[in-house]
Amino acid sequence: MNGLDELYRDVILDHFKSPRGKGILHDATIIAEGKNPLCGDELTLYVTLDGERIVQLRWDGHGCALCMASASMLAESMTQQPLDTVQHMAQAVLDMMHGAALPTHLRMGDIEVMEGVKKFPVRIKCVLLPWTTLQEGMKHHDAHTAQHVSFSY
Amino acid sequence: MPFDIRAIRRDFPILQTTVRGKPLVYLDNAATSQTPQCVIDALTHYYAQSNANIHRGLHYLAEQATLAYEETRKRVATFIGARSSREVIFTRNATEALNLVAQSYGRATLQPGDEILLTEMEHHSNLIPWQLIAKERGAVLRFIPVVATGALDLSRIDTLIGPRTKIVAFTMLSNVMGTITPVRELIQRAHAVGAVAVIDAAQGAAHRPLSVAEFDCDFLAFSAHKMCGPTGVGILYGKAEHLEQMPPFLGGGEMIHTVELTHSTWAEIPHKFEAGTPNIADVIAFRVALDYLATIGMDKIWAHEEQLTRYAAQRLAAMKKVTIYGPGLEDLRDAVIAFNVKGIHPHDVSQALDFEGVAIRAGHHCCQPLMRRLGVAATNRASIAFYNTFEEIDLFISALERTQQFFGVAS
Ligand SMILES: Cc1ncc(COP(=O)(O)O)c(C=O)c1O
Repeated sequence: MNGLDELYRDVILDHFKSPRGKGILHDATIIAEGKNPLCGDELTLYVTLDGERIVQLRWDGHGCALCMASASMLAESMTQQPLDTVQHMAQAVLDMMHGAALPTHLRMGDIEVMEGVKKFPVRIKCVLLPWTTLQEGMKHHDAHTAQHVSFSY
Repeated sequence: MPFDIRAIRRDFPILQTTVRGKPLVYLDNAATSQTPQCVIDALTHYYAQSNANIHRGLHYLAEQATLAYEETRKRVATFIGARSSREVIFTRNATEALNLVAQSYGRATLQPGDEILLTEMEHHSNLIPWQLIAKERGAVLRFIPVVATGALDLSRIDTLIGPRTKIVAFTMLSNVMGTITPVRELIQRAHAVGAVAVIDAAQGAAHRPLSVAEFDCDFLAFSAHKMCGPTGVGILYGKAEHLEQMPPFLGGGEMIHTVELTHSTWAEIPHKFEAGTPNIADVIAFRVALDYLATIGMDKIWAHEEQLTRYAAQRLAAMKKVTIYGPGLEDLRDAVIAFNVKGIHPHDVSQALDFEGVAIRAGHHCCQPLMRRLGVAATNRASIAFYNTFEEIDLFISALERTQQFFGVAS
């Protein structure tokens, strides 16, 4: 459709139609729920940590194609990452959606294709929800007990 | 006058434009309607030839502007069948009109334990003002439930309405599902227990002929921008006997009779409720919108929209992955259709349609409690006006079919 494939690039549609890392982790160290009450995007991230590294990350939820694809990209790029890299990557995505270039030293994965969404300001939040949810979840990772965080975006 | 859709469409410059290279198909009329050239001309004419503040100057322009402003008041009174133009108050929008009733009538009359009866399908504009005043006065909010077909469930109305009920406020027409509510019946039930009836006609006034005298409602609110008028003008109709008793809503210039340093007396109605310089230009242009609608005829508008809505609902219902919310195909529905496409979020649907020049709305439509009742976070909403055509519905449906293909949802 005319122009539509510029917003919903093939990579995005592919993540939307075959989401990576979708599911639940029963032994998660961090469970973080994020919600955008305005449009109804909702997702939960399940993260297991091993010291200062993400061992596994799964997500579950429902929402628009951009939000779901973004969560899938996040899951794909985060597994086995050290926590400080995770923080940098999440921040880099936030910055990218507000105009900054992605840092070249981070292996960001497919998320870079989301840059085009900047041209559609109301949809920026859709892309960011998984990443801000992860950031919120990580804030509480110091505690040694399992954490359940939920927030509205 | 026959209903000539081609001629009507020529009256609206925006309907001749293209969006992203496609002819505009505007199906977001419940959010705001488009503006005919005659209304646009009235606005430019006002600023070019008769701009002045009203009710203040003794000069020619002030006199002309005042006359024209008061002319709209009379025109509104005729349009809604009010006995007198003293019962017509100009506000910024329907929302402000409803707040006026809650803040003035509500604050002056509600006692702790009194009840306000609303419905589960209210727009936030006819919910939040009552939440605010109920909290302040210790009043209790009660709600007429909505059933799956989008109708109000009146089976337990006797347990919801009683001697403690002081205000019954409800929409004429759901801005989500197109449900038409039993206005007369609810007004009679309100009056039977001594309560006042407040009608949210923000959608209703744009689509159906109405008469406040026939309804016998106590208050009725609507917005000019949903009926071919400019933005920034709302109307509150109130029975004079209430308005005369009610305290002012906002204070300032225009609404006073005499002012001392420590106290004042108020102007007569309706001026008591119009503090400060009002939206003169837009009020004056609104008369032209009402004349325009009256020339076409609200009955003809309603008849055309009814057919179009029925056709759109049938076309949508024929799509396997589409769920329509609210009234069934055989039930009465007015101008508004909420729907979802299985597997595609409403934001993606409306974004995809936008690329085809089709404007619909996606979201909660300022009705979060109703969304919860329907068990969804958001829906798509196509809403129709009298200037829409069957061809536009076809364009909308084929764009929707292409959207399904694009997102890999089999039709
Ligand atoms: C049923 C209903 N009530 C109230 C309103 C509020 O109208 P306005 O925003 O013009 O005050 C709307 C508009 O969306 C509506 O559809």
